Amino acid sequence: MYDVIIIGAGVSGCAIARELTRYDCTVCVVDREEDVCCGTSKANSAIVHAGFDAQPGTLMGKLNVEGNRLMYEWAKDLNFAVLPIGSLVVCVNDEDRPGLQALLERGEANGVPDLRIIERDELVELEPNISDEAVAALWAPTGGIVDPFGLTVALAENAAANGAEFKFDAPVTAIERAGEAWQVAAGGETLTARTVINAAGVYADELHNRFVELASGDDTLQTAMTVAAEPLSIVARKGEYYLLDTTAGQHVRHTVFMLPTAMGKGVLVSPTVHGNLIVGPTASDVEDKESTNTTPAGLAEVVSKSSLTVKNVPFREVITTFAGLRAHQAAHDFVIGEVKGAPGLFDCAAIESPGLTSAPAIGVMVSGLIVDALKLAPKPEGAFDPTRPGVVNLVITSFEDWDDLCQQDPAFGHIVCRCCRVSEAQIVDVIHRVPQPRSLDAIKRRTGATMGRCQGGFCSPKIMEILERELGIAPEQVTKRGPGSELVVGYNKDRIVAPDTAGKGGDA
Amino acid sequence: MAQEIRELICINCPMGCPLTVTLEDGEVLSVKGNTCPRGDSYGRKEVTNPTRIVTTSVPVDGSKTERMVSVKTEHDIPKGKIFDVVQELAGVRAQAPVAIGDVILANVAGTGVNVIATKNA
Amino acid sequence: MSKAIEQRAIVVVGGGPAGLAAGIAAYEAGQTDVLILERDTQLGGILNQCIHNGFGLHTFKEELTGPEYAARYIQRADELGIERRLGTMVLDISQDRIVTAVSPTEGITQIKAGAVILAMGCRERPRGALATPGYRPAGVYSAGTAQRLVNIEGQLPGREVVILGSGDIGLIMARRMTLEGAHVACVAEIMPYSGGLKRNIVQCLDDFGIPLLLSHTVVDVEGRDRVEAVTIAEVDEHLRPIAGTEVRYPCDTLMLSVGLLPENELSREAGVELSTVTRGPVVDQSLQTSIPGIFACGNVLHVHDLVDFVSQEAAAAGANAARYVAGGSHDAVDSRGVPVSAENGVRYTVPSFVDVDAMDDTLTVRFRVANEYRNRYVSVYLDDERIQHRKKRVMAPGEMEQVTLKKADLAAREGLAKITVMLEEE
Repeated sequence: MYDVIIIGAGVSGCAIARELTRYDCTVCVVDREEDVCCGTSKANSAIVHAGFDAQPGTLMGKLNVEGNRLMYEWAKDLNFAVLPIGSLVVCVNDEDRPGLQALLERGEANGVPDLRIIERDELVELEPNISDEAVAALWAPTGGIVDPFGLTVALAENAAANGAEFKFDAPVTAIERAGEAWQVAAGGETLTARTVINAAGVYADELHNRFVELASGDDTLQTAMTVAAEPLSIVARKGEYYLLDTTAGQHVRHTVFMLPTAMGKGVLVSPTVHGNLIVGPTASDVEDKESTNTTPAGLAEVVSKSSLTVKNVPFREVITTFAGLRAHQAAHDFVIGEVKGAPGLFDCAAIESPGLTSAPAIGVMVSGLIVDALKLAPKPEGAFDPTRPGVVNLVITSFEDWDDLCQQDPAFGHIVCRCCRVSEAQIVDVIHRVPQPRSLDAIKRRTGATMGRCQGGFCSPKIMEILERELGIAPEQVTKRGPGSELVVGYNKDRIVAPDTAGKGGDA
Repeated sequence: MAQEIRELICINCPMGCPLTVTLEDGEVLSVKGNTCPRGDSYGRKEVTNPTRIVTTSVPVDGSKTERMVSVKTEHDIPKGKIFDVVQELAGVRAQAPVAIGDVILANVAGTGVNVIATKNA
Repeated sequence: MSKAIEQRAIVVVGGGPAGLAAGIAAYEAGQTDVLILERDTQLGGILNQCIHNGFGLHTFKEELTGPEYAARYIQRADELGIERRLGTMVLDISQDRIVTAVSPTEGITQIKAGAVILAMGCRERPRGALATPGYRPAGVYSAGTAQRLVNIEGQLPGREVVILGSGDIGLIMARRMTLEGAHVACVAEIMPYSGGLKRNIVQCLDDFGIPLLLSHTVVDVEGRDRVEAVTIAEVDEHLRPIAGTEVRYPCDTLMLSVGLLPENELSREAGVELSTVTRGPVVDQSLQTSIPGIFACGNVLHVHDLVDFVSQEAAAAGANAARYVAGGSHDAVDSRGVPVSAENGVRYTVPSFVDVDAMDDTLTVRFRVANEYRNRYVSVYLDDERIQHRKKRVMAPGEMEQVTLKKADLAAREGLAKITVMLEEE
């Protein structure tokens, strides 16, 4: 029997798990995927929002600003990449200035520090490539960019180091009442826990609705925050993106948003912590919650909308395009709390943008609800280690320090991913961490390997070989992203079939 | 026997002349469509005795550097035997040390041609 | 860095066909203090995985496979005793030619070079660079990655294959996959002509009944975990897919052969001027880049189709680098010489500048054309005077062309301001 089962190993689930391990309790995180950070958390804008977007008084507004503050603080302990580069909301039409003012006031009401409206002259100085139409902008110095993989992995590793368990390839198939506790069937196992947290991203509505079925109608049992025992509907809102090479990474220096106008909402243009340029997202609601495909229309929209705020985005430098799904809910606020009538069943649902930014605050808040419900005591002094060792980043390592690293481990001198400068030592390091990465994408999320301009063309076979060696598996067991995504399907000449035309081609 | 007409693309240069080769009883009567003599001789060879070099690789045991060693047929083999060659190479393993030119499989598929290594391993 | 900076006459970055030929030529030109830095654990570069035949017809007058062609140069380098460091990745080249490298055995090392020869080769354009819509599952491989898996690792990346792009590596891989037991459904090419050699179309596709679909491209990739199908559509003259022409191919693999890009990250960071057309360094007649003492050759300079020409070009770079070192550095360059202009159907030339005084008696200028042309003339102008006019029956972007300039012609013209290479209809 666990004290807590968290369903979903995205950034919210991992943040909650990490915060819970400060307390004397048993935590198990289950996920249907092979690794952490495989859903909404992995494919988004990777922005640390300042917090001026959400309406004052909403959970979103509160958790965004608090999450922003905690993000920079936690980065020191957890060693993930975050850069406070600041963000700009660009107004491209004098008539829309009142909208900019409203945004400033909203941000101030939410408690965002140091907001300021800047005029074109200052804007051009900050962003030489800003659109010729730009007239003014809201400047938010606390805005930033973060490595969403690094953040999620860091939270998970720190949670695991402090005792949390992780179970992957474990889709939840049933939840039942078991006396005072709850039973969760996941990946062929039946787990029992006193509390269950729904952090299931775009599928959080299905879990919530199951929670509602299990509610007894007895709503006397209430925690600090409750969620009505009403059905919830979460729509997958697709966002498509372009990712450009690091050669384009300096095209803008801050995250550039467009002030929504009568013409609609623009796309953001921003550097990433890896030095690339990200452009997107679109927003289209899709039926299929698995449809992370890009579309011709969506990609065209990104290109055309980017030009509303930023000139001459060098799309020729594109290295990949991708799409992510946000867990959108009509009321457009996070749904956090204990489901009425179902003591022990907690929602952490509808975590759409600014969900990534809010994650640290969500972790604190949801863990707090559990602590209250279960009356958990903090671990004894020193039993919780808030720090997590980072992964060496050779891009920012001096040659002197790199030379020292090579003396300690020659594998630092063996570059595997030449585009992102990742050595064998880093790959081996992360493979032996918990939760253990077992796929090419899992290695990518932790080291950045394959994320560069050749997109794994050179390094994929080498990383596959390292995975084989370190995990003791056969080549055909190495996957891109878990079972079903095997990278090789067999061996040369294991099934030779001469085509009918073989040997008499050319006369067809 | 009736006349047979074969259409080919000449491979000698980027022109890629479309060749029309007319045969009777296996004898080439004419090659048309070529712009140079190389096209004529290519057309004649390709319809009467098309041949190819087959290249592939086979696993090598005991090599410090290689999992596979690349190989080729030492000379052209009849085009119709390409798959017989690879079929016969399925399951063949080389033993290190291997030097370029070493025979990996003699008289492959009854062609009288040896399969030789093209890499040291 | 606490370690001492090593001094070497010539440092060659890359031990593939270009680096080997350049190093050998520099040595043979009398500059024996040559060091080749190679990131792989063996010399030969990409030739090691190009196990098909067809290499060396120009150089050795026989048809070799890639590893055999490389072995000839490796053997020569061995005979000369040219020093090479394997498993050594160059991280940085400075303007004053300090080369910083890392290796498992040496850690970080720094070498001050009299001359640097860039020979890093090229890389494949990935799927992402095409912004092809669809999913991003396992089973999407660039042809070169698949080539490595099959030829070096002995592993089959898929069994039912669609290939996008008819570059030579894609064509070669169509045959390789077929011979190893996979089925190749088709090769789609967005252009109305193939970027590959006729010989490869016949011997890699026609021999096996693999259709080549010209003016077609991939418009969708299906499969969340592994490729399940791709959809191919015909494109119009603006290369836009034509609605209604889509055909879905169930398959487990999409292989891409959609172009090669010179790998010039080191050059860019060193401050070497790069061409926006070739994406390689802008060089003069000695293959020297915009930074004195830094030379470039092979696919890092511009992508070649025949390794024989890589070897020729690299040998010239090596000899010129040796001459540069022997002549003492002349770091201050006022002018790079007479500009060579590519016009009217000629996309680029290598070199881009000719210093007439410094050139050899003849100079090979290589170029590519922009389209498929029949019965056009290749013309060379010195300022306004046409000095060469040669008819070519056919030219295509996939086949590198060349003209030869004579020093005597150039030197005879007072105040020569511009050399132009262009195509003319008559």
